[in-house]
Amino acid sequence: MRIVIGEGSCGIAAGAHKVYEALEKCGCGKRLGITGCIGMCFLEPIVDIYDGDNLQKRLVRVRESDAQTIAAAVESGDLSLLDSLEITEDDKSFLDKQTRIALRNCGVIDPTDIDDYIKRDGYKAIERALGMTPEAVIDEIKKSGLAGRGGAGFPTWFKWNAARASESTPKYLICNADEGDPGAFMDRAVIESDPHNLIEGMLIGAYAIGAQEMIVYVRAEYPLAIVRLEAAIEQARSSGFLGENILGSGFSCDMRIKAGAGAFVCGEETALIESLEGKRGMPRLKPPFPAQCGYNDQPSNINNVETFANVAWIILNGGEKFAAMGTENSKGTKVFALTGKIKRGGLVEVPMGMTIRDIIYDIGGGIRGGRQCKAVQLGGPSGGCVPYDKFDTVIDYKELAATGAIMGSGGMVVMDDTTCMVGMAKFFLDFTAKESCGKCVHCRIGTKRLLEILTRITAGKGRPGDIELLEELCGGVKDGALCGLGQTAPNPVLSTIRYFRDEYEAHINEKRCPVGECRELLTYSIDKDKCRGCTLCAKKCPAGAISGAVKLPHEIDRDVCIKCGQCVTLCRFGAITVR
Amino acid sequence: MENCKCAHAKSDLSLLKNVLDKYKDVPGSLITVLQKAQEIYGYLPTDVIYHIADVMGTTPAEVMGVATFYTQFRLKPVGKYLIMLCQGTACHVNGAERIESAICKRLEISDGDTTADGMFSLKNVACLGCCSLSPVMMINGETYGSLTPQKAVEIIDGLYAKEANE
Repeated sequence: MRIVIGEGSCGIAAGAHKVYEALEKCGCGKRLGITGCIGMCFLEPIVDIYDGDNLQKRLVRVRESDAQTIAAAVESGDLSLLDSLEITEDDKSFLDKQTRIALRNCGVIDPTDIDDYIKRDGYKAIERALGMTPEAVIDEIKKSGLAGRGGAGFPTWFKWNAARASESTPKYLICNADEGDPGAFMDRAVIESDPHNLIEGMLIGAYAIGAQEMIVYVRAEYPLAIVRLEAAIEQARSSGFLGENILGSGFSCDMRIKAGAGAFVCGEETALIESLEGKRGMPRLKPPFPAQCGYNDQPSNINNVETFANVAWIILNGGEKFAAMGTENSKGTKVFALTGKIKRGGLVEVPMGMTIRDIIYDIGGGIRGGRQCKAVQLGGPSGGCVPYDKFDTVIDYKELAATGAIMGSGGMVVMDDTTCMVGMAKFFLDFTAKESCGKCVHCRIGTKRLLEILTRITAGKGRPGDIELLEELCGGVKDGALCGLGQTAPNPVLSTIRYFRDEYEAHINEKRCPVGECRELLTYSIDKDKCRGCTLCAKKCPAGAISGAVKLPHEIDRDVCIKCGQCVTLCRFGAITVR
Repeated sequence: MENCKCAHAKSDLSLLKNVLDKYKDVPGSLITVLQKAQEIYGYLPTDVIYHIADVMGTTPAEVMGVATFYTQFRLKPVGKYLIMLCQGTACHVNGAERIESAICKRLEISDGDTTADGMFSLKNVACLGCCSLSPVMMINGETYGSLTPQKAVEIIDGLYAKEANE
C-alpha cells in the first residue's frame, strides 16, 4: 500500500508536510508519496491510501499525532483502524458534481514525477499535434470553442491564428501565470499539481503559432509553483519533450520561467510584456497587438494557465467533445476558487451552464455558520457581485456579464449578511487604487477619488448626491482608461450600487451601516436592565467614556467613545449593545 | 560610482559581482538582478541601486523606477521576522482588518514598518492563495491560518519567547 499526501501550498500551510515527516518517522518512508492539490482545501491536510492505483481510503484533517495510527493500519492492512479519519459521504459529494479537464491530474499524480504524468496519457497530445499541420491544430482549438480563461474570454484560436499569420521571427509563446486576483488560486494549483500539463499545452500552442521560445511569467508570491515548474521543465527537457527536434519532428522549442515581482497590472498582457523586458509593468497602447509586436517587438501570443491546461485534452479527445459541454456561448469547463463564508471551500471545475446556486449549495455545501447568503463576488476587483436572488444565473460569459459581474479568472468569494457591501466596494477600490500603474489620469486619479468618496461614506460623512457622483466618475474611469485594470476597476462600485443601493442610502442619509460592519458608524450603549454596575468596563475603557456608580447602571458618553469594542468583550452580562 | 563617498556607500558591492557579470549584457534582466540583489542584502540599499545602474549601463532613476513599481522590492531593511499579512478578498471577508489592528497594537507599528528592536516587520500583501484558511499570515515562509486577533498575538508572543530563550 502507498500513502499519498496532498502537498499543494494550501495543504502545506495546513500542515501536510508535518504529517509527511511524522509518517516518515514512523517508518513509512518507502510507502510515502506526494500529490498536488485535490481541491478540497476545507479538509486539508488530506492523506490518501492507495493499493496499486486504487484509492482505498481518503483521510481528512489529518494531524501529526495520527501518524502512528496510519502507520499501524497500513502495516497490518487493517484499514478499519482509520475509519474515524475517513472523509464523510457528504464531503465526498464535493467532487461528484464536478467535471475535471484542466484539473484532471490534480491530486491524482505526483507533480514531481514525469512518469506519473506520462502514465495518464501525458505528452501523447503533443505527439499527435506534431503529426498534424499547425493550421489543423488551430482548427481543432477553434472547434472546441476554447476561450481565454484569464478573464476576458477571447477565443483562443483567434489569437493563435493572428500570431501564426505574423511573418516576423522569432515568435514567442507566453503563459500568463501572474494570478493577481485576490481570492483566485487555480493557476497556482495547476502549476503545483500538474506542471507537465501546462508544458504540454504550451508546446502545442508554440507549434501552432510557430514559436521558438516559451516563457512562463509566474507571480513571485508562488515559490512552490516556481520550484515544481522548474523541475518539470528539466525533466521534460531530458525526456526530449523540450529543446531541439522534439520527438524527431524537426520542431524545436524551449521554455523558461520569469518570476514576477508583484504588480497586479502585469496580468494585463502588454504590461506583462513590459515587465518581461525588465521595465515597469505599464500597459502599451493597442494596436499594435502582441500578435504583431509583442515581447522584444516580435510576434507574441499570451494565454492564461488554465487555458493551456485544457489544450492537451482537446487535442487528445477532439474539439467537438469539448464543445459538447457548456452553453451556446461558452464551451467546456471553468475552474472556480470557492472561498469566503462557504462551508466547503476549494477548487471546483464545472461545465459551463451550471448555475451559481449549484456551485455554492450542491458543491460548496452552502453558507458557514447557518447565516443568510447575501451575494457572491465574481472576477475579483475587476468583477462585480451577483446577489442571492440571481443565483440561478448560469455560468456563461454573456449571462454573467448581463448581471454586471464577469466570469473573470474564477475567483468566487461568497458573502453572508455580515458583509457590508459599501465596505466591499471600498475594499476593492483600495486595491485597484494601489495597483493602478499611474499611466492614465482616469485610472490613477479616478480610482483615488472613488476610494475617497467610498471612505467618507463608510465613515458616516457621506453627502446627498454621492451615489450619483460615484456613478458619473465610474463612467469616466471606464471610458478613459487604457487597459483592463482601469476599465474594470469601477465594476465593484457599479454592481454594489445596482443591487444594494439601499445600503449606500442608509450610510449616507441615516449614517447607519445596516450590517454593523463599518466601525465609525456604530453606536455603543448600555442596557440599564442588564448592567450590574460592576465598573469593569469603566475601569478599562481607554477613552474614559464610561461612567457610573458602583452597583448602578453605567452610561457611555457617545461623544467620547472611540468605538474600540473593548467594553463588549469585557462585559460578563451582555449589557452592551452595538448598533 | 565605484568611488562613491556619499553617506549611503556602505554595502559590500563585491557580493553582487557574480550576478552582475552574468546578467549585465542580458537585455531585459533588470528585474532579475534586483531580485538577486535583494536576496543578498535583504533589501535594496541606495548604493546598490547606484552600482547596478552603473554596471548595467542605465540611470539610477530607471533602476529606482523599477524598484518602486513592484511590491516585492524593499528600500528599507526588514526585521528578523517578516509578517506578511494577507489582505485578499477571502481574508477581508473573514476579518483580516481585525487581525491587522491586533498585530499593530501588539508591535506598536503600522503596515510597512519595523519594530524598534528590529525583530518584526509588518507587510500587508495581496492574497497568499491560501483562501480556505483565511484569515492568513505568513512569517518567514511559515503559514499561519484560521487566525483570530488573539491567536495572531499569541503567535508573535511565542516568537518573542523563542528569541528570549535562544
